[in-house]
Amino acid sequence: MSESASDKTNSVATTQQDAALQGTVGDGDQYLTFTLGDEEYGVDILRVQEIRAWDTATPIPNTPPYVKGVINMRGTIVPVVDLRERFGMETLEYTQFTVVVLVKVIHGNRERIMGLIVDALSEVYGINEDQLRPPPEFGTVIRTDFIRGLATMEDKMVIVLDVDSLLGEDAGVGGDGD
Amino acid sequence: MSIDMNQFLQTFFEESFEGLDDMENGLLNMTAGEPDVEQLNDIFRAAHSIKGGAGTFGLNSVTDLTHKLETLLDRLREGESEVTTDGINLLLASVDCLRSLLQAERDGTEADPQQAADITTRLAAMVDADDDDGSSDGNAGDDAGSSATADDGSGPGGGWRIGFTPEPHLFMTGNDPLRLLEELSELGEIQVSCDSSSLPALPDLDPEECVLSWTIDLYGDVERQAIEEVFEWVEDDCSLTIEPLEPAGGDTTTAAPETAPEPEAASAGEPAGDDAHQKPAQQSSGGNASTSSSIRVDTGKIDNLIDMVGELVITQSMLNELGENFTMDKLEKLQDGLAQLERNTRELQENVMRIRMVPISFAYSRLPRMVHDLMRQLGKKVDLQLNGEETELDKTVMEKIIDPLVHLVRNAMDHGIEPPEKRAELGKPETGTLEMNAYHKGGYIVIEINDDGGGISRDRLLNKAREAGLMENGSELSDEQVFDFIFHPGLSTHDEATDVSGRGVGMDVVKRNIKALGGNITVNSTPGKGTRFAIHLPLTLSILDGQLFRVGDQVYVVPLISIMESLQMQGGKIKRMAGTSELYEWRDDYIPIIRLRELFNEAGGGDLENELMVVVEEDDRYVGLHVDELLGQQQVVIKSLKSNYRPVTGFAGATILGNGTVALILDIAGLLELAQARDEVLTKGANN
Repeated sequence: MSESASDKTNSVATTQQDAALQGTVGDGDQYLTFTLGDEEYGVDILRVQEIRAWDTATPIPNTPPYVKGVINMRGTIVPVVDLRERFGMETLEYTQFTVVVLVKVIHGNRERIMGLIVDALSEVYGINEDQLRPPPEFGTVIRTDFIRGLATMEDKMVIVLDVDSLLGEDAGVGGDGD
Repeated sequence: MSIDMNQFLQTFFEESFEGLDDMENGLLNMTAGEPDVEQLNDIFRAAHSIKGGAGTFGLNSVTDLTHKLETLLDRLREGESEVTTDGINLLLASVDCLRSLLQAERDGTEADPQQAADITTRLAAMVDADDDDGSSDGNAGDDAGSSATADDGSGPGGGWRIGFTPEPHLFMTGNDPLRLLEELSELGEIQVSCDSSSLPALPDLDPEECVLSWTIDLYGDVERQAIEEVFEWVEDDCSLTIEPLEPAGGDTTTAAPETAPEPEAASAGEPAGDDAHQKPAQQSSGGNASTSSSIRVDTGKIDNLIDMVGELVITQSMLNELGENFTMDKLEKLQDGLAQLERNTRELQENVMRIRMVPISFAYSRLPRMVHDLMRQLGKKVDLQLNGEETELDKTVMEKIIDPLVHLVRNAMDHGIEPPEKRAELGKPETGTLEMNAYHKGGYIVIEINDDGGGISRDRLLNKAREAGLMENGSELSDEQVFDFIFHPGLSTHDEATDVSGRGVGMDVVKRNIKALGGNITVNSTPGKGTRFAIHLPLTLSILDGQLFRVGDQVYVVPLISIMESLQMQGGKIKRMAGTSELYEWRDDYIPIIRLRELFNEAGGGDLENELMVVVEEDDRYVGLHVDELLGQQQVVIKSLKSNYRPVTGFAGATILGNGTVALILDIAGLLELAQARDEVLTKGANN
């Protein structure tokens, strides 16, 4: 079981490497992007710790439904969050392309690792700070403080996420996750 | 200085508290009239290190007190003063005072200035009293030193002439004279002349020795203290003179008559332990922010670990080779290799765990002092015997077991051991014995506290228990059950509460603390002969013996120590209350049944007959957990849920099973809370 998991992880890692090898599009800070449906989201690549294929997680009873459970990341216990559910989007069956992006979340003075379950990986873009447009103040179901900004890359809109505010409160001691 | 000193402060406090413990132990082992020079040296060194560190960090109150302490210790060491019981007690009191000063500094609170002043006066008085008896050399020099410092507090305006003659080993301490000179030049204009007269011929030159010395004229209005600060790190590794520069530039080459002896050196003599306190502080810059705790590890343990990793690497490469061109006839070799791998891994795990282990002497160290003080306070004579000091246990467990141990020893001193007169009457030796043992047994460490005092009266305890309504009349109880009552809140067999103990508060706390560590405490007593407490503690908090079970598709772990019994439910014993809550008849009692499926929001319910139940105990409450399937028992490594997520009620953490998946570990107390909360919701619904 562990073998097949690592195989999958490898193949995913290759996808990412390929993206990197093809040369990043644009210059500036690098962002790893992934898709949820037709939408493309980006996170600061320096925050990405590991990318792996979806494998089962151990559910934690009595936690918000978007917290899919905990997984074993090389000996540490890491929670994984379904980003679609977190954003209130329609959920999808997990497939072989479903990916868990493990990111470092800094909240207060604590650092945590959390996993984001996303549909598939996309690209690595270099985005300059001045290419980031502020998110619209309304008309979005995603809370605007989860979004660092919007960028246009190759005619596509990339929603750059602020992982700290997105996941910080899930990890907060007293927070109920919403 | 440009270095951020705060990063070293934590290390300084840790080392200072250790030093104080050492001093205390040394003092307790000292007998009046027979000074042990070695021991005095140790105590002196500890005090000196604290003084040096405190000086560096500008903790003047600590420096002053240690300085006085050193003066007295030095006289004792030189045999100029007698070691008296009063002296030892005064020194012990100074240690206490230093500890509270340091604690106040660490916690950022105010220490009682009166206490320090008081001790300082008494120390000075003791030194002076001895002075009258005769020799007074060390002291006089010291006075000169301090008065000179006081007089020269501010610069004379003209500047200073600094004579700096480093010891040859200066470079070894990581100091560079050039840097010092540069720093001096920042204070004002300097003129430096170097004395190279002791420079040997080139073939004899040892490049690692500092043979040069310097005379520096520093011009400008500079505080003397500012100059001393520059030399702070090296003051013990050099001879330093700082004299005011004559404004007229008079004849300063002759030795000035009022050469201020460098205050540190005047009283300190040869500071043998001095380098020791500065260097670790300098090197520990990798250490984290002040909140992180640290542990000292025997290098032997680390060497062991390195050996083991080496072996693991060899095994791994052997297996690798085997796997590369594997044929079935090599199967046996493969199995051997895997067995070796397993052994290596297990050994490695054990050794890594051992890094967190510290000898129990850490916990013991507080006891002699306490017994010493209590003997005086209670007028009792007690011989404290500490056995098994080398027995190791987890540092976290150690820190949490100290308070219960202290409490038990206090109790034994107060209630257990009788006053000397009474002991004589009873035909016992006047001096009571308090014996502590520590040893390993299975996966546990056992700590025993034995006293040969009056013991606990079974009947009196029974009466008390009856009065408190803890038991019904007529029921027969085993000795064990009766003695267990002393851990009940509010029950004290001592009729009068004393300062030391006897309010019946505490034993329940002791038991609760030990339980919280996953341990257990039992008591056994023979009236007239003595009492024996035995504490069983797990060796570490990071591994526990767990029972694995399945609920739905998930595997969970429950600590074996909480399990009373696992059973298959008999239909006739399942009772209902108000139609919903389910009880089970168990050992003449009805215990609530918690359906874990329901609590964990898994589908399914149905009849409980013939289903499995695990009876667990928490804080004297018993509940039955309904589980789907019992799996094996195994040791599991506890991993935190909150380090990357947050604490989850009902779960103490998680562990990684053999197949790499994660299993949650139940926390019974939290689970009961969950069940209660759920019941409340249900009741609300029902009553509306």
